[in-house]
Amino acid sequence: MNTGIIAVTSEGPGLESMVDARFGRAAGFVVVDLASMAVSYVDNSGSQTMAQGAGIQAAENCARAGAEVVLSGFVGPKAFQALAAGGIRVIQNVEGMTVGQAVDKFQRGELAVADAPNAPAGGNPGGGGKGEPA
Amino acid sequence: MIYAIASGKGGTGKTTVTASLAALWDRPVMAVDLDVEEPNLHLFLHPELTGEEPAFMEVPERDPKRCTLCGQCAAFCQYKALSVMGKTLLLFPEMCHGCGGCLLLCPEKALSPGKRELGRIVSGHFRTDHLSSGREEDAGFPDAGFLMGRLRVGEAMSPPLMRQVKARLPQGQSADILIDSPPGVSCPAVNAVMDADVLVLVTEPTPFGLHDFRLAVQAFRSLGKPLGAVINRSDIGGVGIGDASVQDFCRAEGIPVWAQIPYNRAVAEAYSRGEVAASAVPELRAMILALMARMQGAAAASQSASATPGEVQHA
Ligand code: SF4
Ligand code: SF4
Repeated sequence: MNTGIIAVTSEGPGLESMVDARFGRAAGFVVVDLASMAVSYVDNSGSQTMAQGAGIQAAENCARAGAEVVLSGFVGPKAFQALAAGGIRVIQNVEGMTVGQAVDKFQRGELAVADAPNAPAGGNPGGGGKGEPA
Repeated sequence: MIYAIASGKGGTGKTTVTASLAALWDRPVMAVDLDVEEPNLHLFLHPELTGEEPAFMEVPERDPKRCTLCGQCAAFCQYKALSVMGKTLLLFPEMCHGCGGCLLLCPEKALSPGKRELGRIVSGHFRTDHLSSGREEDAGFPDAGFLMGRLRVGEAMSPPLMRQVKARLPQGQSADILIDSPPGVSCPAVNAVMDADVLVLVTEPTPFGLHDFRLAVQAFRSLGKPLGAVINRSDIGGVGIGDASVQDFCRAEGIPVWAQIPYNRAVAEAYSRGEVAASAVPELRAMILALMARMQGAAAASQSASATPGEVQHA
């Protein structure tokens, strides 16, 4: 896929930064417009300090950035659901590489879209329940 | 008077102490299990349970036909229980803290009050030793009340349930209340001991025990209530891991030690059989009675102190 906007959870602002394996509590997102390869950065540090709902906040941040696909390490159930409601596809288990490498892999079609979250509910103990879409 | 029995960590014998006190208490008493995540006092007191009711928190419900996805409710909710994503208003009822704000501010009246079950409130009564003793002076001793909160599996918020349990405590001085508090020093633990007149902290003479005991003293002392320590298995120094530092700490901090309960195999056996240890083990009975007297003494002293202006002690 060579068009579209993807957001990669990142420890820093550029393609050379390492992927942040956490979704909800990621430091930020590197947002790449694949058509133009324009790169921008969305700070997510506000979510890091939230007592609960970090994943949902992060999902909102991705939606606001116009992302259609999210690349991250671990995505919890609520974040997954929020992303799905926003029509954002999720690719998880991306870690131990730079943002640029992750984007390359994605463009080569080496990364599969997930159909279920791969992490337990995060900042919210006992969570993991379902928010029913209206 | 309300007495809270607490501990900085689990496994110190807090429930054994609470059950023993409840069984021997020499006044009308109600035993309350506020360790709602893992209530187990009933396993020792064997109360006859007569009531069980669900406890709820008010959470919003959506009417998608009215909702315009304006996002005002989601922007307001600081707990992220509401979120507008795409063409959907997402609701995560288990994250709602029940503040009611979103219900008030929705301009379309698209939110209405619904509920989430927090858990159950179970009530009943149990027989104290006085009732079963056959002693003449115990004749006419009343049945003792029992109350317990049990958090729903998967529910994350215990303080709202605990508040609803506490709202059912008998008012006035008709009965003394013994609260089995959740272990630790977090929000639920503080919530449990907040309304107590006297705090009893159960600990063990081990490095871990001291560490958690110290945290508990720090957390609970600021409440300004009379506080005493129970050192459980006080002799495990003999097997190499215990030490005198809990005693030393109490001395240095001016915390009275109201009971030192040595390790006793019979107590452990009574525990494993689900019996009240103080009823099964005579030596323990005497210690628990002495503990009871000290707790009641501390309550009386603080009451008379607060009745005399100028003598109120702030810790
Ligand atoms: S405030 Fe009311 S109308 Fe607006 S998004 Fe929330 S529920 Fe919908
Ligand atoms: S009641 Fe309060 S906490 Fe619950 S969803 Fe509404 S705003 Fe959020």
